[in-house]
Amino acid sequence: MDIPVNIKIDHLARVEGHGNIKIRIENGKLAECAWEVVETPRFFEVMLKGLSIEMTPLLTARICGICSISHALASARAIERALKIEIPKPAQKARLLAKHAETLQSHALHLFFLVAPDFLNTDSVIPIMETHPQVAETTIRIKGFANRASDLFAGRTTHPIVIKVGGLTQIPRKRQLRELVKDLDATIPYLQKAIDFFKPFKMPDFARETEFVSLKGVDKYPFIGGDLVSSDGVCKKEDDYRAMTNEYIVDFSTSKFSSLSRESFAVGALARFNNNYDLLHPMAKEVAENLNLKPGIHNPFLCNHAQLVECMHVIYEFREIIAELIDSDTSECASSYNVKKCEGVGVVEAPRGILYHYYRIDEAGKIEKADCVIPTGQNHANIHYDLHALVEELIEQNKDEKEITRLAQMLVRAYDPCISCSVH
Amino acid sequence: MKYLGITLAKPKIGVFGFTGCEGCQLQIANNEENLKDLFGLIEVVNFREISSEKRGDYEIAFIEGSITTEKEAKNLKNIREQAGILVAIGACACLGGVNNMKSRFPLQDVVKEVYGAHSIDTGPVRKVREIVSVDVELPGCPISKPEFEWLVRHLVLGIEPQFPKYPVCVECKQRLNSCVFDMGMICLGPVTRAGCDAVCPRNRLGCWGCRGSSEEANFESLMEILREKGFSEEHIAERIQFFNAFSGN
Repeated sequence: MDIPVNIKIDHLARVEGHGNIKIRIENGKLAECAWEVVETPRFFEVMLKGLSIEMTPLLTARICGICSISHALASARAIERALKIEIPKPAQKARLLAKHAETLQSHALHLFFLVAPDFLNTDSVIPIMETHPQVAETTIRIKGFANRASDLFAGRTTHPIVIKVGGLTQIPRKRQLRELVKDLDATIPYLQKAIDFFKPFKMPDFARETEFVSLKGVDKYPFIGGDLVSSDGVCKKEDDYRAMTNEYIVDFSTSKFSSLSRESFAVGALARFNNNYDLLHPMAKEVAENLNLKPGIHNPFLCNHAQLVECMHVIYEFREIIAELIDSDTSECASSYNVKKCEGVGVVEAPRGILYHYYRIDEAGKIEKADCVIPTGQNHANIHYDLHALVEELIEQNKDEKEITRLAQMLVRAYDPCISCSVH
Repeated sequence: MKYLGITLAKPKIGVFGFTGCEGCQLQIANNEENLKDLFGLIEVVNFREISSEKRGDYEIAFIEGSITTEKEAKNLKNIREQAGILVAIGACACLGGVNNMKSRFPLQDVVKEVYGAHSIDTGPVRKVREIVSVDVELPGCPISKPEFEWLVRHLVLGIEPQFPKYPVCVECKQRLNSCVFDMGMICLGPVTRAGCDAVCPRNRLGCWGCRGSSEEANFESLMEILREKGFSEEHIAERIQFFNAFSGN
């Protein structure tokens, strides 16, 4: 391939936020390759200065339109750990259900709206709704359930209302919980249909050895809080998150980049799957087996499959937890607290990977200093280096410009980047 | 498509995101049950978040986010030139939204806090109507999907949308919610434009004012009540300034 290739995709479509792909091939060699993040920053760490802690989870939720529940949870957790607030057990459970609803909603959005069009050769999900009515029904059913569950446990899907420092403003009534169980049971068969739909799509054959970072589960597949672990053997405490994230600034991105043991690392569904496979629900492991997915995967395109596995995990765990809530006293939904000068870290596994919030709080209960480290921010460097490796392989294979363009876009999409969020 | 025997035009629409969280764009894609019907009324020709199609012949443009760079302002002006109808969606586009909170600090300090000595393109937070003329403002943080669908029906039928003039309190009372004032919370429901079905008070959180001011809002009475209930001036101010919704009042 000696003809010069110049690929410039401004504002890649079917991802959240604004990012560009730049690839230049000269004399059959990769001359330039970059994943440029051009999103305009909003400066949340500055907005937070001087804000009272009670309003903090409400502001930080607005960092992201897709994973706002995760942000509110990480934010509340950072404050609660700083002030040593123990939240009531039922509220802990209800929070995890809000989290699961978000994971299911976000994964379904990514798989059906952003990824599926690549495999059905359409620009978007809109024609698919016409041409594949069963896929449309599956999408409506899964996303619909996730949205209804978010409404119940978070107040709504985007920008949750009920998550507050100390717990929740309310926990749904038993009658509402029982109705949601029926809704959930009716949704499970559609998850199976989703897996049957995605299984025949051949994911591109590409792998680059990668360090995967996630929460380290103890007895459950991890979502909220705990130790941090990398597949290269690094293990840190929640409070020591900066030793895992090592953010740095690059010229071609408004988002910071991250590194750990290598030039880059990955977070997200694939990292959680690789690092915590043993803790998956048996039904989720069955999906993994069905998709021929075993831990130790270094093909980023298989993040799509790991998301399917996680969908099954969260729906079955959802069912178990909601049954516990139905059988328990849920009248206590929040703990009271007193403010003092302190600092704290809150970590959760957002749909796209591990998310950290840190605050220093003054004696009046106002934020003095804030730091938010976003999953996609941690993934950008890995996307960037994956792109290099992928394009080099494609040059070797004599692929043409069209195919390189197609696969480069699909690679970025597989990470399900949340670019606005990463820049915040 | 025909409605009451009349053939409806299927307007071409574009959806564009500026400085914001893209949560309002997500609402458009989020009411799955009605998605097929909604996309039957309009032709989506440019909606980067969910589609690779990138056409320039849109007739209605939906604008999300506030404007914080000159490049964004230029892009917005280009969109305005093309679009017959321009709709600002969400608190960031209509009010500046939470983004405006950075304006409490000098711009160079804002950049230094996050990026150190590294330079970054950013400016003051501006509403869409500070740059171009806006035909319709659809408020909310995020926008409400039913209200978006309601607006699209109006635009397709060529009827001018009439947003509620009354405050959130009216909708909240209609739903027979317990008043959050009685639970000891601040609520801006008495002065905020209705249309959200009182989603926050319904979930036991006082209203934040994300939809902007209702018409003829009585701020003096609200302040009187808030002071009577013992809320500090600082606490009240923080609440009122959250979405930059009442800066003109």
